[in-house]
Amino acid sequence: MSAPLDLPKWADTVLVPAISVVAAFLVAGLVVVAIGENPLTATRWLLQGSLGTGEGLGFTLFYMTDFIFVGLAVAVAYHAGLFNIGGEGQATLAGLGIALVLNNLTFLPGFLLIPLGILGAAAFGAAWAAIPGYLQAKRGSHIVITTIMFNWLASVLIVYLLVNVLREPQSMNPETRAFPEQSYIPFMHEVFAAFGIEVPASQLNLTLVLALAAAYCVWLLIYRSRLGYAIRVVGSNPTAAVYAGISPARITVIAMVLSGALAGGLAVNELMGYQHRLLLEFTSGYGFVGIAVALMGRAHPVGIILASLLFGILYQGGAELAFEQPAITRDMVVVIGGIIILFAGALDGLFRRAVAHVLTRQKLARV
Amino acid sequence: MSPAIQLIAINKSFGAVHANKDVNLSVERGTIHGIVGENGAGKSTLMSILYGFYEADSGEIRVNGKPIAIRSPNDAIQAGIGMVHQHFMLVETLTVVENVMLGAEGGAMLRVGEAKVRAELARLARDYGLEIDVDAVVGDLSVGLQQRVEILKALYRGADILILDEPTAVLTPPEADALFGLLRSLKEQGKTVILITHKLREIMAITDRVSVMRRGEMVATLETASTSPPELAELMVGRRVLLRVEKAEKVPGAPLLEVDNLSVVDARGVLRVANASFTVRAGEIVGIAGVAGNGQSELLEAIAGMRPPMLGSIRLEGSPVHSSEHNPHRMRELGLLHVPEDRLRMGLVPAFPAFESAILGFSDEPHLGRGPILDHERLIADLARKMEQYDVRPPAPRLKSSKFSGGNQQKIVLAREIERNPKVLLVGQPTRGVDIGAIEFIHRRLIALRDAGVGILLVSVELDEIMNLSDRILTMCGGKITGERKASETNEQDLGLLMAGITDEAA
Repeated sequence: MSAPLDLPKWADTVLVPAISVVAAFLVAGLVVVAIGENPLTATRWLLQGSLGTGEGLGFTLFYMTDFIFVGLAVAVAYHAGLFNIGGEGQATLAGLGIALVLNNLTFLPGFLLIPLGILGAAAFGAAWAAIPGYLQAKRGSHIVITTIMFNWLASVLIVYLLVNVLREPQSMNPETRAFPEQSYIPFMHEVFAAFGIEVPASQLNLTLVLALAAAYCVWLLIYRSRLGYAIRVVGSNPTAAVYAGISPARITVIAMVLSGALAGGLAVNELMGYQHRLLLEFTSGYGFVGIAVALMGRAHPVGIILASLLFGILYQGGAELAFEQPAITRDMVVVIGGIIILFAGALDGLFRRAVAHVLTRQKLARV
Repeated sequence: MSPAIQLIAINKSFGAVHANKDVNLSVERGTIHGIVGENGAGKSTLMSILYGFYEADSGEIRVNGKPIAIRSPNDAIQAGIGMVHQHFMLVETLTVVENVMLGAEGGAMLRVGEAKVRAELARLARDYGLEIDVDAVVGDLSVGLQQRVEILKALYRGADILILDEPTAVLTPPEADALFGLLRSLKEQGKTVILITHKLREIMAITDRVSVMRRGEMVATLETASTSPPELAELMVGRRVLLRVEKAEKVPGAPLLEVDNLSVVDARGVLRVANASFTVRAGEIVGIAGVAGNGQSELLEAIAGMRPPMLGSIRLEGSPVHSSEHNPHRMRELGLLHVPEDRLRMGLVPAFPAFESAILGFSDEPHLGRGPILDHERLIADLARKMEQYDVRPPAPRLKSSKFSGGNQQKIVLAREIERNPKVLLVGQPTRGVDIGAIEFIHRRLIALRDAGVGILLVSVELDEIMNLSDRILTMCGGKITGERKASETNEQDLGLLMAGITDEAA
């Protein structure tokens, strides 16, 4: 018997993460003070740069799109009790899928080519995740180890392909030729312009809408569907799954396939929405950010959207901050992000316990 | 002479749960004092306070009349209190001597301490008849002997007051008898014993006085000689209960489940069930008696299709179940349903709301939703209806499964399985961790099913339950079926011998 740590839903999903973020910012503020800068000015630049201008907001939402996809990818696997560290590699392979589809089917019109490109991303991401999933299910190879190894495999595979196979002969850059123009996912400022609304240009494109739709679908899948039910049973109580006739091996593979497909969304946003070609390291480590996003969002789609927004602010605002206050380098911004991950993930229990304590006390006082 | 233990106005809360309310207890020196109560009545909390696992919010503890503060098990040991837990705290790979020494090694070098332990163990063996091979590896000992090591450990640390938490749960009847003999001789030597149990038979057999707890309160302390099981049961539950469910004689019908030469090997390659063959007929309850861990769990799981049997076959309603369809999903479709032994690990998903646990194993049934999506409103309404029928408290389908008491969780599982009209029902430990009021209800339901023509295979470590419910009883020991008896033609001693592996042929 231990003291109950069950919190009301609002405290669990909003209050505790909010306290974590505030605590993280306070500690990060101390770090800023330690290098002799003013934390208040730094905070101002951070917010100003990410939310204060239309262009900044566009970039923030662009990053947010990336993070929603990888966050959802981690969350789906997490509900099945799997820790998918391989979002980075799965997104990389998804990029390959996009390039193969778009550059080989250049004759197709956009309304066919765009969905096919997205499907290519999902399929390649899914396939790359399915292998560790299969190894876990059938051979018991630990998914954390295999997905990490598959990140490296993906990264060297893509280097090899871009240097030796997919590179345009006359180009010195390890990247494919540009995708056909009809396959570009429209930029948000173009969409708005079509309706006569002027918004500042940024990388933000319609993939954001796809990301939000994916979040809704994941919610429906996990919390409402029969398959999601089976996924959660396996993740929460594998013996009960065996009792119920749900095969943990089958669910493991399915969850990894879904997870890999979602990680592919990162490639859709970066390549089809912005870069318009396959190039090296377009994933920029965002696959790993997905882990923090999912942790902080408590593996719930709504939480993931909010956490993605926070990390979007951090990435975009951090870039502005590094530009405006050179003493605070990009590395410093990474440190601040790390502190938030530390508080939201690892130290989550710290505040949870305290909040539970305060709440039960109040409840008792009222009785 | 002041009492060995006096607890005065002990209070303890866990969050909103008031686990002990102004509890008073006085235990006389040199007596065996029983504490009974339903699950969650606060017995374990109270003993944990006495042994220093928890600190009371308020109240006083006196040992031999002296008020003392017990902040940790070390304080308790210092005060001469020893505890034998339900789950043994032994290192299985070490010998008896090494286990007894553990935590009391007496210096950096083991040799000195070891000599002392050996001398002391020899003395204890002489004084109390606690004979044991001190160089045996604990993992090789029987459960009864492992328990003896636990008692030796407590005595070695100088315990004058011994607390035993459900000590007979894992013992065969002969082992339990041996334990009681030991407790009596401890008492004769002036030791004080506190016995926590929910088995009223044991209370009557061995204790001098008995205290009853209900919902965190101490409701009565009685002289054992002047009370009776029905009185104790009523005090525990707060209303009159039937300890024995009446059932009419019934002639069983056609064979529903035929198990032929079934053998099961576990993941480590150990043979768990060896050549089990038996039949369950319509309108019959077949009970499997045995001490926990003798293959009953594996047998149930194998029949349910949860683990592939190594050898053997089963037939349902006369037709053989092919190995390709011998999985839980198909067995359910064929009408073989299963109330698993371990509710929390198998029967439900503790983190899920109750209405989701209430479809475990059936989430693919078409009528539970539209296409791939489950209809939550419907699931909630379904469970609300069942909760009313089965008197589940609180009747809250959205409440987390783990928040229900053991008895109410079991009712949710039972409702799920029974309401799907089983032909054959496998039932494992239907009343483990279930309070007396709910036991009566569950037993009635099982009898009603049997009367309706369902074939029931019942596994329980509670011999009373087996004898009370079954029409026929099989005993298991070491994975083998060691005997078969008609329930009306056997008794506890007879079954106890069979459960210990002393078969008819050997005898």
